[in-house]
Amino acid sequence: MRAAQAGDRAAYSQLLREVTPFVRAMLRRHCSHRQDIEEMVQDTLLTLHRVRQTYDPSRPFSPWLGAIAARRGIDGLRRRSRVARHEISVEVESVETFADPTANSDIEDIRAAGEIEELLRRLPPRQREALEAVKLREMTLAEASKASGQSVGALKVNTHRALKALRALFREQ
Amino acid sequence: MQTDQIIEQLAAQLQPVRVLHSPAQRALLWLTLVGAVSAVLIVAYAQSSALQRMTTPRVALECLGTFLTAVTAIVAAFELSVPDRSSRWAWLPLPPLLLWLAASGAGCLRNGLSLHGPGGLAGESPHCFAFITAVSVPLAVVLFWMLRRARPMDPLPVAATGTLGVAATAAFILEFFHPFDVTVIDLALHLAAVGQIIVLGTALRRPLLAAS
Repeated sequence: MRAAQAGDRAAYSQLLREVTPFVRAMLRRHCSHRQDIEEMVQDTLLTLHRVRQTYDPSRPFSPWLGAIAARRGIDGLRRRSRVARHEISVEVESVETFADPTANSDIEDIRAAGEIEELLRRLPPRQREALEAVKLREMTLAEASKASGQSVGALKVNTHRALKALRALFREQ
Repeated sequence: MQTDQIIEQLAAQLQPVRVLHSPAQRALLWLTLVGAVSAVLIVAYAQSSALQRMTTPRVALECLGTFLTAVTAIVAAFELSVPDRSSRWAWLPLPPLLLWLAASGAGCLRNGLSLHGPGGLAGESPHCFAFITAVSVPLAVVLFWMLRRARPMDPLPVAATGTLGVAATAAFILEFFHPFDVTVIDLALHLAAVGQIIVLGTALRRPLLAAS
């Protein structure tokens, strides 16, 4: 980590690869959903990157990393429970039992779409581009990379950052 | 696969960083800077009647409580700003805060909960409110500028203890310019000033602290 703080990219890459299984194992104790765990692992790595200047080389590394992973784990679980509160799992067949959509719900959809568009406009251009391509147009990463000129890695990071920024903007509203 | 790509991306964009000094050192730096500026202002402008008032045991205790609240809250804010420190640091300012409130409350009781006098409704209390607010703002700007370098993961306790620290520092400096004993209205306005600084700082915690 000391070498990474000095800008040694190879050492940093090696460090991140070595700590990832440790972080994953730690988060697995709190969450069993595989996709959520991976999202929390990635969140932890991104946070580690952002706060790497706070690591004091005279202190042990594991508690510092563990604190970041624990914090991001808590955030992930909160996010998951928030989503679970607002989503209902519905079997495809049972949709037929619902009444036809009302005019009101159509209007609400249009309003919500307008609000989301407004929030998207407030994102930095590369993040917006990545989010629109990968999540909204549901392009594969390779297609999105070709269309946007961003590398696959950059697309992933920018999509992740765009989602975080959107969450923050939603919270502000 | 996805995580591997993020690792590659992060490693590719790595830049060297200057490692932050320990939270205690950074807290000491802020306290020294603010202490030095305050000492100059106090020596130049402190009112003799206020200094005389501070020799009474109750007021001395109130000043001690205010001073210790400021120091402990600032230390707590810096400790909480880095990931591997215990969240229990947030409780550090509580004992001196209670001492400050108790000593100030005792002053009100001693004055018979009077609404009159210099600190009464039509008295000097609004000046105290303005003083605490005006002094807290520049102190908070310097503090948040220092704290944001750590990009705290949980900005709420950092902002809450930090703003308590600056407001208590302002209240401590005020003691040197406060020639009359505390009354109910006076104490209420002191607390309102401290409270508004804390509410404002915590409400703006994310942009102010560049929280991650």
